[in-house]
Amino acid sequence: MARATSRNARIGWTVAAWFVALLIFFPILYTIITSLKTEQEAIAGFDLIPSFTLESFQTVQSQNNYFRPFTNSVILAVGSTLLALIVAIPAAWAMAFSPTKRTKDILMWMLSTKMMPAVAVLVPIYLIFLWTGLMDTRIGLTILLMLINLPIVVWMLYTYFREIPGEILEAARMDGATLRDEILYVLTPMAIPGIASTLLLNIILAWNEAFWTIQLTTTNAAPLSAFIASFSSPQGLFWAKLSAASVMAIAPILVLGWFSQKQLVRGLTFGAVK
Amino acid sequence: MTTTLRALLGATALCATAGIAAAQDNVTLTIATVNNGDMIRMQGLTDEFTAANPGIQVEWVTLEENILRERVTTDIATQGGQYDVLTIGTYEVPIWAKQGWLVPLELGEAYDVDDLIPAVRDALSVDGKLYAAPFYAESAMVMYRTDLAEAAGVTIPDAPTWADIRDAAAKMTDKSKEQYGICLRGKPGWGENMGFITAMANSYGARWFDTDWKPQFDSEEWKATLTDYLSMMNEYGPPGASSNGFNENLSLFQQGKCAIWIDATVAASFVTDPKTSTVADSVGFAQFPNREGVDNRGNWLWAWSLAIPTSSDAQEAAQTFIAWATSKEYSELVAEREGWRAVPPGTRTSLYENPEYQAEAPFAAMTIDSINAANTQKASVQDVPYTGGQFVAIPEFQGIGTAVGQQFSAALAGQMSAEDALAAAQSNTTREMTRAGYIK
Repeated sequence: MARATSRNARIGWTVAAWFVALLIFFPILYTIITSLKTEQEAIAGFDLIPSFTLESFQTVQSQNNYFRPFTNSVILAVGSTLLALIVAIPAAWAMAFSPTKRTKDILMWMLSTKMMPAVAVLVPIYLIFLWTGLMDTRIGLTILLMLINLPIVVWMLYTYFREIPGEILEAARMDGATLRDEILYVLTPMAIPGIASTLLLNIILAWNEAFWTIQLTTTNAAPLSAFIASFSSPQGLFWAKLSAASVMAIAPILVLGWFSQKQLVRGLTFGAVK
Repeated sequence: MTTTLRALLGATALCATAGIAAAQDNVTLTIATVNNGDMIRMQGLTDEFTAANPGIQVEWVTLEENILRERVTTDIATQGGQYDVLTIGTYEVPIWAKQGWLVPLELGEAYDVDDLIPAVRDALSVDGKLYAAPFYAESAMVMYRTDLAEAAGVTIPDAPTWADIRDAAAKMTDKSKEQYGICLRGKPGWGENMGFITAMANSYGARWFDTDWKPQFDSEEWKATLTDYLSMMNEYGPPGASSNGFNENLSLFQQGKCAIWIDATVAASFVTDPKTSTVADSVGFAQFPNREGVDNRGNWLWAWSLAIPTSSDAQEAAQTFIAWATSKEYSELVAEREGWRAVPPGTRTSLYENPEYQAEAPFAAMTIDSINAANTQKASVQDVPYTGGQFVAIPEFQGIGTAVGQQFSAALAGQMSAEDALAAAQSNTTREMTRAGYIK
């Protein structure tokens, strides 16, 4: 009897989990379905079965070359994440293994920079970009995206590093390891899973960033966020094309997320039970 | 050694000279635009322009309307120089021109500036100087289903009153068949529901401000406008109308769910296009309605126009591009490729005199009549201190218009009464106008 109840409960939970997952995934699914419809089918109301036409994808590609924004997105997302890791690993190391009484405050202060609405600093940053010639350049945006995501990277790495016993690092030091050796050969290999999930999550965050990447680019550095924005229309219904553009923009990151979901889940839930 | 060095120096000098020459010959124009059908068509025809002007390259930046406005404003205010040609509307042109942000246009003899429709040309000029060239222009009109009207035994006159519209909407409503008598904008925003409601208020004899800039939402005319709008929409409109804007209503109309839709004239080419509209062959047109006894049909006028910011470093090439994109020859090029129906409407008198266009575009006559009837210099029958038709051409209007639009949209959603919405609009607007220094 007890076994039956627990089995029923398990089935119940599984069904509930599938339902919630479907609910969350549905907007993306419907975007994909709409992208496979003709423009007329797209506006004709709710329908889950498209005519599987690739017409919208062709139009989107002919109207606006996909590969330039795609390349930009890859460079910005990967570049800014790698830069952020280079800066954040030593910072998180210092905070995790040689904390001072101000470490917590510094961590909180770093996080607090994420609480400000981005638009509040639009004009100063716009002017800095103009004066330094960084406007519409990949290098400028890579640096900016790195700075934006740095607090999260430091926080994530900090929680992973805290899991690593300090004694191991001490032992390395006893064996004569320098600071560089200690970080490169002892700490980093042990923290690889943590670094990997941080890397993945930040690539996704940088890929999806849609405020600065639209405000600070025109043509040369415009990534996929600007590509999608260009298909929204105030006068005219282009839902199938807009959906096709969205699918093209999210497909790479969706695939990346699919293959690395284990690491992502680990990254997101790490430290949650403590 | 010396010879090598000399050769190297010579080569460097040559490269440098070539570089300078190339920089002078090769100008890249960055054009900011919105993703409307006519603009997409223009992008597709860019090759024709670059073939005729080999020294000029064209880069397009297409953005959503509000993002475009935001980006362009930031860029102009900081003199960023990111764009050489901007796509802006009749709201921005007079305000930005007065700020000294736009370059006056000198488009040459061949351009035939006198062919531009006078109402549109006036709306884009400040002190007699043209600051933007119209790419396509629109007024507002009634679009209705001739088949449903016939079945219900209703005749909509060419120049209807609001009473005619209400009567027709009532007779053509059949909610059991998802057939709604009237579809109007309800989505909040200065360019969404307030575009429509302001034009409707004009046609009721209302005005936004008196000559001392005092808001007039406490007037009888505004009360009548809003009550009639709400009751028509509640009784004969589609469900969830408070989130319907231009695109949502276009979709409803094309699917045959609206009997009457009153909106921008540019919609006429969409609803009569058999490729996207299920009701393409049964659409009739009439002028924007008025309240009986008020000689005013809304004065809606909008023109998507091309302008050059003073921060551009390729102003000469930008003038060349604008002259091309808004010329008669451009219209002919579009007609040749895609037929006269696809030509950008509402900018040139000659287009409406063209028999081929008249034959292909059943909405041509009503469109030109509506545009010609729009008086943006005096939108209301009462005296007003502002210009603009379905908007008030002051910088504060974006904020104020959207705030009032939210009140009216809430009233449409049934969250507040018409009286409360008007009272809130009156007090908010008075506060903002006092803060901005209009009311002393």
